[in-house]
Amino acid sequence: MENYFVLPFTVGTVILFSILLVKYALWISKLSKIDKLRIVQSIFSRRTLSAIKECFMECLIHRRIFKRNILLGYMHMSLAFGWFLLIVVGHIEWVVYSGTFVTYPWNSIFFQYFVHESFPGEKIMANIMDFLLLFVLSGVLLAYFKRINSRMYGIKKTTKLKPRDRMTMCALWLIFPLRLLAEGATASFYHNGGFLTNSVGRFFEWIQISHTTEEILWWSYSISLGVFFVGLPWSRYMHIFTEVLLIGIRSTGVKLKKEFNSYSRIQVYSCSRCGICIDVCQMHISNISNNQSVYILKNIRDQNLTDRKLFNCLLCGRCEQACPVNINLNDLRISQRIRATKEYNSDYAFLKTLPVEQPVEDKTPEVIYFAGCMTHMTPGIKKSVLKVLEKANVNYQFMDKDKGACCGRPLMLAGQYEAAKKLIAHNREKILESGASTLLVSCPICYKVFKDDYELGQISIKHHSEYFLELVEQGKITLKKSDKSIVYHDPCELGRGCGVYEPPRNLLKMTGNLQSIQQEKVNSLCCSGSLGDLCLSMSDRNTIKAETLKVLLNQNPDMLATACPLCKKTFVKGVDIQVKDIAEIVAESMEN
Amino acid sequence: MIDVLIIGGGIAGIQAACSLQDLGLETVIVEKEKTIGGHLNDWDTLFPTFRSASEVIDYYTEETRKRALTIYLNTNVISIKKVDEGVFEVQTSRDVLFRSKSVVLASGYQLFNAERKEEYGYKIYDNVLTSADLEKKFRRLNGQPFKTPTDKTPKRIGFIHCVGSRDEKSGNHYCSKLCCVTAVKQAIHMKQVCPEADVFCCYMDLRMYGPGFEEMYREAQEKYHVQFIRGRLSEVSENSDGTLQLKVEDTLAARPCRIQADMLVLMVGMEASKNTALFKQSCNLECASNRFVKPNDHHIGSNQTNVPGLFTAGTSIGPMSVFDTVNHAKSVAFAVNEYLKNSEL
Amino acid sequence: MRNFGFATTKSRTVDYSKIDTRLIGYILENEPTFNACLSCGSCTAICSAGNLTNFNIRKLSLLIRLGELEKIHTEIDKCMLCGKCLLECPRGINTRNVIMLIKKGLTIFDIKDQE
Repeated sequence: MENYFVLPFTVGTVILFSILLVKYALWISKLSKIDKLRIVQSIFSRRTLSAIKECFMECLIHRRIFKRNILLGYMHMSLAFGWFLLIVVGHIEWVVYSGTFVTYPWNSIFFQYFVHESFPGEKIMANIMDFLLLFVLSGVLLAYFKRINSRMYGIKKTTKLKPRDRMTMCALWLIFPLRLLAEGATASFYHNGGFLTNSVGRFFEWIQISHTTEEILWWSYSISLGVFFVGLPWSRYMHIFTEVLLIGIRSTGVKLKKEFNSYSRIQVYSCSRCGICIDVCQMHISNISNNQSVYILKNIRDQNLTDRKLFNCLLCGRCEQACPVNINLNDLRISQRIRATKEYNSDYAFLKTLPVEQPVEDKTPEVIYFAGCMTHMTPGIKKSVLKVLEKANVNYQFMDKDKGACCGRPLMLAGQYEAAKKLIAHNREKILESGASTLLVSCPICYKVFKDDYELGQISIKHHSEYFLELVEQGKITLKKSDKSIVYHDPCELGRGCGVYEPPRNLLKMTGNLQSIQQEKVNSLCCSGSLGDLCLSMSDRNTIKAETLKVLLNQNPDMLATACPLCKKTFVKGVDIQVKDIAEIVAESMEN
Repeated sequence: MIDVLIIGGGIAGIQAACSLQDLGLETVIVEKEKTIGGHLNDWDTLFPTFRSASEVIDYYTEETRKRALTIYLNTNVISIKKVDEGVFEVQTSRDVLFRSKSVVLASGYQLFNAERKEEYGYKIYDNVLTSADLEKKFRRLNGQPFKTPTDKTPKRIGFIHCVGSRDEKSGNHYCSKLCCVTAVKQAIHMKQVCPEADVFCCYMDLRMYGPGFEEMYREAQEKYHVQFIRGRLSEVSENSDGTLQLKVEDTLAARPCRIQADMLVLMVGMEASKNTALFKQSCNLECASNRFVKPNDHHIGSNQTNVPGLFTAGTSIGPMSVFDTVNHAKSVAFAVNEYLKNSEL
Repeated sequence: MRNFGFATTKSRTVDYSKIDTRLIGYILENEPTFNACLSCGSCTAICSAGNLTNFNIRKLSLLIRLGELEKIHTEIDKCMLCGKCLLECPRGINTRNVIMLIKKGLTIFDIKDQE
């Protein structure tokens, strides 16, 4: 038998799919019962259709990468979609030739080696296959070139590779050029190729190497496929299949939990290490380049994540926004922090012994106001919120006027989940006891945890920008417009964290001239003051802040507005212009 | 061409002009305000002797008149350029281009903007003042009884040290050196105008470095019963009656304290004036990490800068008392004289 | 040696040559800013936990420096990690990291409170 060369490919394929099958079965079996039920229930629903559509758009076409950079998108698409089509059309070719649907995979993969006689449609099929091969080769060429000059692809810094990745990548890079040469060699004898392979074949004939090389080339092609397949589960290319699994599971409504579980693992393995998250990370400004999400996910896979890397992140969410696979990078990191600090959570036993404060008035308040720790450090914001509430004649209760426990978000950011739960339970009880229908918050850090983890039922949770806008719409307060130019900074927790972009802007449009800037809303920069980072030094924070301010103050506004006491405190020490919170601006522009 | 152009008509600038004139050099002073005297105009009394600040101003006004010093008031300096060896061109807001052989920077300092320390409530709570505000209040007092900004006779008054100094979060890591003694002086003054009131100072370290300072501190303790609490103020909140509640740790007792006060005085530190940064750009002047001008030699050449022919007098190189400023301004005359003599050779 | 009646049950004198440096060493290795403390107390007075309990973070850090770790565990557990001290510290000490390092250090060296 001279067909032994299909062995590396066949063995590789068998190993690959066995590993995938075992791994995926294990991961899915480890999902919680509810999640499994979700998957079973939605397999035959419309969600599956939309998941298939998403798989097509993201795993094959790579729409989100296209949005970032056309060249990078094309590279990914030509490799993924092109290869996919080569397999599909290759099989069709076999079907057209043999009239049977089912066959050994090598028959269609190495079609040109096995089939020399002519059949109807042979020329067309061969030309289509050659065109697809050209399509993929253009992608491979771009991939070679990306390693030399990544800037053309919109990437300033690309991921550092480890040996396993490098080996698998080399195998991938060799597959298609070898296929071209191998098919060319065969075509030089039988002229059974299309426009591309036949030309290569003629060239082989001309230099008379077809006889010596044909066998070697087919072997090489098969070996490179085999090596790639065996290396795939241990390299970043694991994302190719895992992303499909992720999209499928995600479409059924499965969400990331606080604990790191097998769904988290599926997310980790879906990372293609494209490196898009590296460039959006502001840490580079302070020359910190080992803690970006792509590296963290890699460290999770390799189980060598250090505390220094894990806790040195602002959790601003910019990488999550940019991730073409939509991995929940922030929550993944937090789940790792939860794991790392699990052994030392506090129980806050003192909360139970605190004296119960009796409400001064027996009237049930309409609004319960939680200022939060940070707002107490910015009395300007606190005073303004109260002024607006008084002006609008709102019946409110000031929950943490004198003594109050923290909301729990800072603990959550540090991974102290069990401890945070204690504070949440304590505050939750107080909020529910008040009987108020609205919880008013003036700090986005608190706002985020109230929204995500408090389960307050009917009580609506409002950031002051949302609440004040409602007061204006209800005519309870009226605002005067000045001719001041204002630039607005989106706090990470309020914007990317909770999706509140418009209410602060609408209020600012009523009180002045709002400038629009290049990086705003989902793309806004972090002020660098974030509590998400535990290790970042003050000088590094200042460096990052200075760059953010450059972007914000580009058009020389009269005032810098924000909606977070921490952002305000961070900025105020770096600029000469006024830095104000939305609450202060509203309080000052209220008409009598 | 003028021999020496002096930027700033505060006490440093005027004293430098006087001393330079004594050495036979021709000077021109450029001052951005409408009067001479700089920050001293806002001050009531000077430590450690409680001498009236206006006496010092009067002395320099008289000297200016007697000596017929050339002063351009209401004139801002836009840029300083060294065009050639020994030739400076100074562009001003008056469309006058001064050409001089040397320049003395006597452009002084600016006070820390206490609004940047929001948790202390300056401009948010009515009864929070800065040390400069209090001096102005003292100046206008003229024997009338002292009232807080909300027009009450204060019963408890707090002085807060190190506001905007020794505070990296405010961007000023350095000690402003004069606030401690100023606080003690103002606390005594406060007790003199409101003998019934309790006066306390919250400090991190008391730096009584000069002659007569330690004596004043002792007097404040013994004679005036000023209470000294070793702890840095954390935050201030306002009660419904406009009085203030302070949170501070008494670090010697290791106990957090809540203090009620009717009025709070923030001892704001000295910062390099904004003009310093402007000059830094226009003539490659070297500044230290505290943003003040960096002296060429800390020990034996504190009037010299890295630019030959460009000198400093007074607080453009760092916080300084009136006493130190006058001495520094006197010494600049010798430094300039030596430079001009050498460059003529 | 003859006891002249001055001996007490436990000496309150700190012997700097015999300090338990495990915890302080671990903290400083990972957060060198901890040494920059001026003992100004602004962290303690602003502290959210200190507002509700007798928690005193400044005193605690002094005890850690002296290696007196008998009561650290119960005390440090009162911290809610809210970050006010981080904002207030005039020396820019990464206080939240220090707290987490203390907690971790206590676990690593298996330091328990003594009755």
